Amino acid sequence: MSTVTIKPFLRLSGLEPLVLRPLTNFVNVGERTNVTGSKKFARLIRENKYEEALSVARQQVENGAQILDVNMDDALLDGEKAMQTFLNLLQSEPDIAKIPIMIDSSKFSIIEAGLKCVQGKCIVNSISLKEGEEKFIEQAIICRSYGAAVIVMAFDENGQADTLRKKVDISERAYKILTGTVGFDPQDIIFDPNIFAIATGIEEHNNYAVDFIEAIKEIKQKMPLTRISGGVSNISFSFRGNEPVREAMHSVFLYYAIKAGMDMGIVNAGQLVVYDEIEPRLRQLCEDVILNRNPDATDKLLAFAETVKAKDKAEVKDEAWRKGTVEERLKHALVNGITEYIDADTEEARQKYPKPLDVIEGPLMAGMDVVGDLFGSGKMFLPQVVKSARVMKKSVAVLTPFIEQEKEERKKAAGADNVETSSAAKILLATVKGDVHDIGKNIVGVVLGCNGYDIIDMGVMVPADKILETAKREKVDIIGLSGLITPSLDEMVHVAREMKRQDFEVPLLIGGATTSRMHTAVKIAPEFEKGVVHVLDASRSVTVAGSLLSPEQKPQFLQTIRTEYKKLKEDFASKKTVKQYLSFGAAQENKVKISWDSFKPVAPSFIGTKTFDGYDLGEIAHYIDWGPFFITWELHGKYPQILQDKVVGAEATRLFNDANALLNQIIKEKWLKPRAVIGFWPANSDGKDTVFVKTGPGNPAGEEVRLEFLRQQIKKAADQPNISLSDFIAPASTGKQDHIGAFVVSIEGIEPHLQRFQAAHDDYNKIMLQSLADRLAEAFTELLHERVRKEFWGYAKEERLSNDNLIREEYSGIRPAPGYPACPDHTEKRKLFAMLDATNQAGTILTESLAMYPASSVSGWYLAHPESKYFGVGKIEKDQVVDYASRKGMSLEEAEKWLRPVLEYDV
Amino acid sequence: MDVRSIIQEQLKKRILIIDGAMGTMIQRHKLEEGDYRGDRFKDWPIDVKGNNDLLNLTQPQIIEGIHRQYLEAGADIIETNTFNSQRVSLADYRMEDLAYELNVAAARIAKKAAAEYTAKDPAKPRFVAGAIGPMSKTLSLSPDVNNPGFRSVTFDEVAGAYYEQVKGLVDGGADLLLVETIFDTLNAKAAIFAIQKYFRDSKTPELPILISGTITDASGRTLSGQTLEAFYVSVMHARPLSVGLNCALGAAEMRPHIEELSQIAACFTSAYPNAGLPNAMGEYDEQPEQTAHFIEDWAENGFVNIVGGCCGTTPDHIKHIAEHVARVRPRPLPVVEKELA
Repeated sequence: MSTVTIKPFLRLSGLEPLVLRPLTNFVNVGERTNVTGSKKFARLIRENKYEEALSVARQQVENGAQILDVNMDDALLDGEKAMQTFLNLLQSEPDIAKIPIMIDSSKFSIIEAGLKCVQGKCIVNSISLKEGEEKFIEQAIICRSYGAAVIVMAFDENGQADTLRKKVDISERAYKILTGTVGFDPQDIIFDPNIFAIATGIEEHNNYAVDFIEAIKEIKQKMPLTRISGGVSNISFSFRGNEPVREAMHSVFLYYAIKAGMDMGIVNAGQLVVYDEIEPRLRQLCEDVILNRNPDATDKLLAFAETVKAKDKAEVKDEAWRKGTVEERLKHALVNGITEYIDADTEEARQKYPKPLDVIEGPLMAGMDVVGDLFGSGKMFLPQVVKSARVMKKSVAVLTPFIEQEKEERKKAAGADNVETSSAAKILLATVKGDVHDIGKNIVGVVLGCNGYDIIDMGVMVPADKILETAKREKVDIIGLSGLITPSLDEMVHVAREMKRQDFEVPLLIGGATTSRMHTAVKIAPEFEKGVVHVLDASRSVTVAGSLLSPEQKPQFLQTIRTEYKKLKEDFASKKTVKQYLSFGAAQENKVKISWDSFKPVAPSFIGTKTFDGYDLGEIAHYIDWGPFFITWELHGKYPQILQDKVVGAEATRLFNDANALLNQIIKEKWLKPRAVIGFWPANSDGKDTVFVKTGPGNPAGEEVRLEFLRQQIKKAADQPNISLSDFIAPASTGKQDHIGAFVVSIEGIEPHLQRFQAAHDDYNKIMLQSLADRLAEAFTELLHERVRKEFWGYAKEERLSNDNLIREEYSGIRPAPGYPACPDHTEKRKLFAMLDATNQAGTILTESLAMYPASSVSGWYLAHPESKYFGVGKIEKDQVVDYASRKGMSLEEAEKWLRPVLEYDV
Repeated sequence: MDVRSIIQEQLKKRILIIDGAMGTMIQRHKLEEGDYRGDRFKDWPIDVKGNNDLLNLTQPQIIEGIHRQYLEAGADIIETNTFNSQRVSLADYRMEDLAYELNVAAARIAKKAAAEYTAKDPAKPRFVAGAIGPMSKTLSLSPDVNNPGFRSVTFDEVAGAYYEQVKGLVDGGADLLLVETIFDTLNAKAAIFAIQKYFRDSKTPELPILISGTITDASGRTLSGQTLEAFYVSVMHARPLSVGLNCALGAAEMRPHIEELSQIAACFTSAYPNAGLPNAMGEYDEQPEQTAHFIEDWAENGFVNIVGGCCGTTPDHIKHIAEHVARVRPRPLPVVEKELA
């Protein structure tokens, strides 16, 4: 039993805790839920549209706000009432209420009204000494009674502090009162030492930024547990309307303020440019103004601003960075992802340094450290990091022959034994056997590579024994597995078991779209005790790998994960009894009731199959749904709004432009070949869960195919059916001839291009191409489905839908895919492929785990009934599985193997 | 020596025992409407059966008897019979105006019994914890599903009701104040607000505050949706003597949560679970030795400083728990650092 140590950190809470540790990066405070700062929010509140106002808050959270600033200071509003109404509503939205609230008002009565509505620990923004000590103490006591942290403005009876001395003195005075008389913990005090506009033309204002930055340093040194906050945009107030200059000023200001100890701020993060990316002359002028380095700094910046104003932002950048030292140029190229000069710069560095390896360990690693830090602190986004990695790889490629040559020479000199090995930790990555999807894995590889790890990427469809053999031979430090389709989950469990059997000591990372923390905790972690960690996305992989590879952090980190997973497992076990299930018989009784009497089935325009070979890519591209594309790149937000998003908007736009440029090239030069096969056949259900398809003589699947579907078994509310896809096909007993359709769509021909990018060390375009191919496969599927509805099957000839309507699935009839929620059994894909002869007709093959190759492929059924809809089967009970297995002629064991993810019970 | 120093000294030496269920014990008396009313409320316009807190006035000897049974079983801390004694909950019986009186009476009954046992064995001082329950209306949750912004009570009403209860408990002689069975943290914050305000107004030293939240199910969150750590962060401004968990879960289910809490709480920790989970009949049937066995495991792992029982536990449970943890060292108080290393 060891004694616990509690550190004096600022701790806040919504539904979840937020702890500001010393290494916590700059905390973003969401600012759009502020009627004084957001016209839109103010209008929504004034018009009583609180639901929509909540969506503003939600957007802030989704965009990465860690604290939500709420301000209702508007002369036209009843501030107390608006604050309470909004906060009460917000409490019932767990996805927003999870983060702490900053209650922001210049009227203390509004602050107190807000404090009465929030269960978590808030920040009050703000109190000050402006009305004297008595009032300050009274307000501080009230804040403490509600358990809130406070922001204290550097303001006293004589006004706002505008000099270094006044800022520090007022802060110290407030500190003494708060920690003494009122009894505040120092860590619950946040100072706002006033950010004022500079470069106003008034000489007294010139030193305001310096005073702020110096004040932070002194406050932090005298009162080290306190925190610093501030409203950044004030600084550039005199440049209103000139966004490039304002953005640059904010970046430069924050660069120095954060270094001095600023912890949090209300900032429009989307408008921040990377400090190093600011055009050097502009940056120089901003620094002169902010640091008040010479008397004519303001005039010079004003003059420069005139020239910037007229130009487009993109034109501001110039080639001035080329004048720096070779180290500076390498760093700039890495941070900005510029490959143009990298070969020459690398060569120059190679000649400058004694050994080629010194270039990697010196300037290149230094540059990548900057990239890693910026990414870690949310100041760079994934696409930028991938571009940086491309620069890094190209540079390393220039150096590699020299390093090899040098090694050879040394070997000769020292004898064969003395071969030096790389000191970087090795991480093995593989997509497991049976699965072909690797975009996510590639991204993780790039991001980890950028953080100095040696990545061994084994590619896709790698069997367990090969993974483990390589892991041993290469003495890797971490094994990472990836997978996208559900059968891959079992394969991961298998790898974990094998690791245990073979006494592996290294930790196992689990990632990929189909994986989850819950599955990892319940199924994988129990198989291998030396550490199994689920990694949500590429950005998390860095911290996880860092913790696992640090001998000091590893035991604690794994212990935390184990405790967490153990708890998840227990919760999982205890939760299962909560849901109620119907017997399979009762579920079948409660099927979707469709009045077949009035149903007039539409016969397709042809029976049998039709292939499409070499469809026009340009036409397909019109059907692209860009939403998932941004998710692949870990940029979160809705398309097209994401392009204007204030945090990721600039990067999203850049990525979108790059994507379209590559897409145009793909289309123009016909890099990829879309292929597809569709088919329709007469079909009827047996009134239960089987659909008989008359495929006719000569069909590779036989004359008749029986499709088996799964039915929801969870107990539903009254009048809610337990759905199975078979419910949407007319039963034979109705005497009506219904139909079913099927399709397989593939995008062929990606390999040579991927290899070319790979050879050019261009991960950015490699991942870009893969993600575009995926989008094209989906787009082609959408296009064909539309033609099916209007033309080939023709049951919706009058349909007029925009691409948005299509994405929102507003069409009639559905196209569910085997292995996905409405029909979660992957093995039905074998029938689908046979019926369509898809391997011959569309060139698509099925792996043993029933993944499709090429990886950019889509398959599914076409159902036409107007009441048909997408749904999830959810969990099913054993009685259904037994029945299903017998219908499929499978052993129960095999059926359970394939259906494991949807089983309600343990096997 | 003041009560705070005395109990802190005891807590450093050993694991303290808090008593078990009051309601379960009252049920054994099979009281009828007339027993609840007594003489004083014989003409009360509505039924009062089930208003257990009223028994402080009408059947004080029963309540005192239960306290004695728990003291005899080894409880160091007994809770006043005041779980619902504030005007918001008492409104169900139209007894809002009895709030102060009920608390004074309940504290006096408990204090009398506790003082006797302390006198018998001064080395084992007994403490009276004024029980402050969660209230029948909540501040974070809307009772109307169609109107999530609606609240059936205001923060000021809740804080006012708790203020009155605190005054009664202190005037009746409570040694400690126990804000318990917290399923909505905002209600608990109103109670803390009321306690701090009361002691500021009365200009007397604050009594030690004990805080005990309720994790309602396997999600590991309170009913109002907070994670355990978020809950702790939200109430730590009370500077409580202890923070802990009670009710809703049996000891088996409570273990991971009390383990987590023992790692993050800067103060002493407490835990008093139910006697298992209720069976199909809504009864608790975990046996005293079973409960004691679970709690002994917590003690040995250094999770706890104060243990006892909630719904379904009896003097027998408390006796077994007391015996099982008697020789186990208490959780050491965490080192709370004052500067960043």
